[in-house]
Amino acid sequence: MSDQAVTAEAFHHHDEEGTRLGFWLFLFTELLLFGAFFIVYGVYRSAHLNDFKIAAESLNTGIGTTNTIILLASSLTMVLSLNAMKAGRIMLAKSMLLITIALGTTFLVIKGFEWNAKFAHDLYLQTSGAIAAGKGSPLLTPGPAMLPDGQVLFYGLYFIMTGTHALHIIIGAVWMGIVYFWISKGSINPDNAGVLERCGLYWHLVDVIWIFLFPLYYLVA
Amino acid sequence: METANSTNYFNSHTGTRWTSGFMSWITSTDHKRIGVMYGFTMFAFFFLAVCIGFLIKLQKFYPAASGWEIIPPEWYGSFFTLHSVIMIFLFIVPGAPAILGNFFLPLQIGAKDVAFPRVNLLSYWLYLFGAMMAVVGILLGGADTGWTFTPPYSVTTRTISLFGTEFDSVSWMLTAAFILGWGTILTGINFIITIHRMRTKGMSYFKMPLFSWSIYAASWIQVLATPVVGISLLMIVLERVMPVGFFDPNKGGDPILFQHLFWIYSHPAVYVMILPSMGLVSEIIPTNSQKPIFGYKSIAIASCSIAGVGYLIWAHHMFASGMSDIASIIFSFLTFFVAIPTAIKVFNWIATLYKASIALTPPMLFALGFVFNFSIGGLTGMFLGSLSTDIHLHDTDFIVAHFHYTMFGGAAFGIIGGIFHYFPKMFGKMYSHKLANATFALMFTGFNALFIPMFVLGFYGMPRRYHTYPDIPLFTNLQQASTIGSWILVTGVVLMFITWIHGLRKGQASTEENPWNSSTLEWQTASPPTLYNFEEDPVVTRHPYDYEAFRAEVKAGTSKGARDE
Repeated sequence: MSDQAVTAEAFHHHDEEGTRLGFWLFLFTELLLFGAFFIVYGVYRSAHLNDFKIAAESLNTGIGTTNTIILLASSLTMVLSLNAMKAGRIMLAKSMLLITIALGTTFLVIKGFEWNAKFAHDLYLQTSGAIAAGKGSPLLTPGPAMLPDGQVLFYGLYFIMTGTHALHIIIGAVWMGIVYFWISKGSINPDNAGVLERCGLYWHLVDVIWIFLFPLYYLVA
Repeated sequence: METANSTNYFNSHTGTRWTSGFMSWITSTDHKRIGVMYGFTMFAFFFLAVCIGFLIKLQKFYPAASGWEIIPPEWYGSFFTLHSVIMIFLFIVPGAPAILGNFFLPLQIGAKDVAFPRVNLLSYWLYLFGAMMAVVGILLGGADTGWTFTPPYSVTTRTISLFGTEFDSVSWMLTAAFILGWGTILTGINFIITIHRMRTKGMSYFKMPLFSWSIYAASWIQVLATPVVGISLLMIVLERVMPVGFFDPNKGGDPILFQHLFWIYSHPAVYVMILPSMGLVSEIIPTNSQKPIFGYKSIAIASCSIAGVGYLIWAHHMFASGMSDIASIIFSFLTFFVAIPTAIKVFNWIATLYKASIALTPPMLFALGFVFNFSIGGLTGMFLGSLSTDIHLHDTDFIVAHFHYTMFGGAAFGIIGGIFHYFPKMFGKMYSHKLANATFALMFTGFNALFIPMFVLGFYGMPRRYHTYPDIPLFTNLQQASTIGSWILVTGVVLMFITWIHGLRKGQASTEENPWNSSTLEWQTASPPTLYNFEEDPVVTRHPYDYEAFRAEVKAGTSKGARDE
């Protein structure tokens, strides 16, 4: 059927406004995704109020606050990068982007230490294989040392929700790295900064989600 | 394939460096090619699931005492799970938007493509990948949870593969459903932005054809509901791999919570299944009546209000779950509201037929079949929405019959009718009307013969998802009638494929733009459509179903009508 094939130019349709609108819709689906987690959190918090309070006290508010400040600062540097790009100051835009990536990475490192401290106290997500083999954590598997149900649920939700959030941080940081590369190549420039802007929107979303995670896990103990 | 013009979408393509063959299709960003690819893939899965459905009905031909065993009891759960997962996740949810929406939404609003053609291709790849994963997962492990994956069973069941090794096919299918979900979300975003940003000059919202309106409403549901179910399904995977006890009452979890999260998506999703088919019927009926559709605006608004009300009624799936009585009463009350916009549509279609010169073409037969079947499906839904009758009918064959009346007799009849309607535009060929009419006759009779007995069976207490039944004459007779109906239906489905393949290979090549003499915009381009859909951007000046103005345009030569008029 394609003997007399005609090679045609790909259909180029550049609509910055439409792309931005579509990206906002995508961000909304991300919010809904976390929204389901927040519903689960809310339901179990109300069902196991005391256990949630006790377990939340074991989280280090100082570390949580530090991470919050780091993420808020990274949102600021992200905006500064976009502003610099729009003003044509490519070098400043690039260095602000690098600082944002560095702050995101710092967040992850701190989170890693925080998780590690929990692991050291036998609190982690355990595989069904380990439980079946009798190698589960004594605090999380049925036995004399097992924590009350509500606390087990709290730690489970803590690891899954902060883990999903950390995954988004990683995706955001990798994306920023790609954007940095494109800025260096010149394909993102003051006249064509849409990708940088959308990357920034994504980063702010990740920040906003943390702004809700932080009080739910660290402050309302 | 013989084609009329040199630059139609079959012999020229966009967005790929491959100029011919398979690769030029699988890497093309042309919305028409993507629509056709979805069509072939989805109907292949549809046929697979029909075959499984055929075996399930065959199993019910004789009662337990006879020793009749087509499917071993331990495999029965896997069979109906396979049937439902393929039909729901791979065919009927993404079906109409992905096949006909992709192909005809840009044509109907006068656009050159969708807003994000590359994202559109990504959606297709996600679909293909997720579909492969689901099918491989089921074939290797045979998950037996049903398509709802309700815990605690979906967390505890362990599945053995055909080769005797343990294989976690439930987790595979859940992950597949998650991936399919992202494909659906991206398609939804794509269509919404296309409608908002790419309507051609003069195409105001209330000049859009009704199929585009229904795609618009369905897209919003896809975008707003799918993420919630995605994360709930992933939580089941987590529970299987790294158990915390989220839905395990022994560990302080709440299994009802999963049902809520699941139905928050999956109830609106049934409107993703039905709305585009309603849109197709709203195209077919005015075309074959040759008069304006009755109540254009009310149908458009009804599509959106079905989408809106559809969000508020999910828990009517859970009346027997032990949730609070107050919640049940509220959800039952709200459920009746969705009947209003739905009934508005049915009345409007029937009012359109009044005093029309009706042409009983094959797509029209399917559209009328849709209205008949869907009315039965919708009205039996009222039984299930009422609390007291639902407790009696819950988990019986009655609900299976109701569901199939809306989803097969409704949604699938709409899609099939839509394909018969648009076949000459998509391929530039006309299928045999005799074969198509016979297809309709077989499918319509077979479908009703299959599912009407199941209403009665369910009413008399035949539970759904049971491998067999006791030898009571009433049960045996109705089951056998139902199974014989399934044979007629399957013959109809096979004949449908024969009609299409025959049409593609031997059908009369026709470059006629507008064989049904339809007044909407998509019929004004060439058949098959040219690369960028229209030679020059169309300008819309009139209402989409204004047949009087349309006939004047045809007479004046500014619009293309049917050539034999």
